[in-house]
Amino acid sequence: MARESVAEAIGKAADAAAPATPRLPTDRWRATEVAFWLVVVVAFFVFPQHRVLASQILITALFALSLDLILGYAGIVSLGHAAFFGMGAYTAGLLAVHGWGEPITGLFVAAIAGAITGFATSFLVVRGSDLARLMVTLGIGLMLFEAANQLPSITGGADGLSGVSMWKVLGVFSFDLTGTTAYVYSAVVLFLLFVVARRVVASPFGLSLRGVRENVKRMPAIGAPVTKRLIAVYTLSAAMAGVAGGLLAQTTQFVGLDVFGFPRSADLMIMLVLGGAGRLYGGVLGAAVFMVAHHFLSGLNPIYWQFWLGLLLVVVVLFARGGILGALEVLRERRRGAKP
Amino acid sequence: MLRNLIGVLFDGVAYGSLLFVISIGLSVTMGLMNFVNLAHGAFAMLGGYACVVLMTHAGVPFLATLPVAFVVAAVAGIVLERTLYQRLYKASHLDQVMFSIGLVFMAVAALTYFFGPSQQPVRMPDFLRGQVQVLGIGLGAYRLFLIAVVAVIMVVLHLLLVRTRFGAQVRASVDNAVASAGLGINVNRVFGVTFALGSGLAGLGGGLGIDVLGLDPTFPLKYMVYFLLVVAIGGAGTIKGGLVAAMILGIADVAGKYYVPEIGSFIIYFLMVVLMIAFPAGLYGRKA
Repeated sequence: MARESVAEAIGKAADAAAPATPRLPTDRWRATEVAFWLVVVVAFFVFPQHRVLASQILITALFALSLDLILGYAGIVSLGHAAFFGMGAYTAGLLAVHGWGEPITGLFVAAIAGAITGFATSFLVVRGSDLARLMVTLGIGLMLFEAANQLPSITGGADGLSGVSMWKVLGVFSFDLTGTTAYVYSAVVLFLLFVVARRVVASPFGLSLRGVRENVKRMPAIGAPVTKRLIAVYTLSAAMAGVAGGLLAQTTQFVGLDVFGFPRSADLMIMLVLGGAGRLYGGVLGAAVFMVAHHFLSGLNPIYWQFWLGLLLVVVVLFARGGILGALEVLRERRRGAKP
Repeated sequence: MLRNLIGVLFDGVAYGSLLFVISIGLSVTMGLMNFVNLAHGAFAMLGGYACVVLMTHAGVPFLATLPVAFVVAAVAGIVLERTLYQRLYKASHLDQVMFSIGLVFMAVAALTYFFGPSQQPVRMPDFLRGQVQVLGIGLGAYRLFLIAVVAVIMVVLHLLLVRTRFGAQVRASVDNAVASAGLGINVNRVFGVTFALGSGLAGLGGGLGIDVLGLDPTFPLKYMVYFLLVVAIGGAGTIKGGLVAAMILGIADVAGKYYVPEIGSFIIYFLMVVLMIAFPAGLYGRKA
């Protein structure tokens, strides 16, 4: 993805989120960011009846965040990110089925499963053009889906993996039907990993990823090992996706085949583009908007939902590049320009 | 055993021919504009539905519906190309992917709304049903017809690209669009006409494929991987590559489902990953 237009370069330079001379290594938390996380806390108290849906949103947000690392920052277009989500989900689920229901260690193991899968497949993904990457990620995702489908003795096949019984979180909070524990648990995990991701993208490592995205040919010339960087971020992203999958398995106490499904990867990409890729908050915001809209609109009629979703995508690509956050930034720039 | 093998090869070639007709437009447009168009299958679906509607509601014979399928898909292609696609030739691949997935979603939803989610029934004319005995081996009449049609299309395409002025312009634009424009070729118009032609061929393939691939509103999503594979494995912008890739895929898919049905579609995805790693630019692709 070579984005080299002058207008964009100027836009980037003016962009407060990506200053021309980035402050390293400590980026301060801005007021809008603090407000954003306060919303997550407030939502817990304001919508007690929607905590199950809200915890799913938080999990999907974490998943979107993991995709943003490779897509928004490193510029790897992936249509098979569900592969790592699914690995994490089945790992966490199988652990609990076979007698180890401790959630937090379960998440660590899910992260390792995602990371191993990511590292193993990263060699196939980092080389090649966008089209080749698209096909390879798609193929790996579909292969894992078929594998899970064809091994019902391990995964439960099309019926899904049931009998996932979780122990209490920290030995105190048990998962309940109202989703209270699930919400807090997911929110804490999301926040912790968000801090990690935020730190990573602000580091020299993160900057070199952006360099790869902007111009993959010039990066080796300034001494950046492109392949190594891409493998590292791909593995990190896969580990985070694995955690998201593990969270879903633990909070819903069920793993279905759809964790590996192509729709999950495609929807994820849509959320990220909708919210605005390469901004960290874009994926989180996109996941929230997408899932809330899906929850209320697809109840009316699933076919209409798909049509409007398609229209929205076309409109976003044609008129609102950068998604919701991108549009907000443009508005802010205009207001700033109007009163010099 | 040998008869089985020949039967599988024959079915595979027929399937591959179909994949070739549908995907070749995608391959050429991808080579021309470097546009990742996931919505190509939607044009095939449109052609298929045009056939079904004409046959069931107007009583038009099957063979007569095929040119209509071509025209309908080609017109849809040129309209979309002029209004929407054209704006995104310079956009990032991510934007192109999102845009074309959006188009697919809209097409799927719209056709479900008008025709329902079920498979469209189709009745082939009598002379295309049953089997034909060739050297003691029963071959499906429809599949023979399919291979013949595709052979004709391929010859016409080849002549068009190699022997005509327009073909020379297309080849020049694929090789180097900027230099071609500098030589006075209206690259923009070449893009448009090629896109329409490619969409039309997809529509024709959609019509031809109703009996083999089936037709329901999820068609573009179900076969998206296959169409993309033909392009990715063959290499964008080459007809020969597309043909070879389509045949490999067709035979591998039919053989895999016949001999090792328990691993299902696994074989095709495995082949795809292996081929993409061995040939990142496709079998006949130029180094990007």
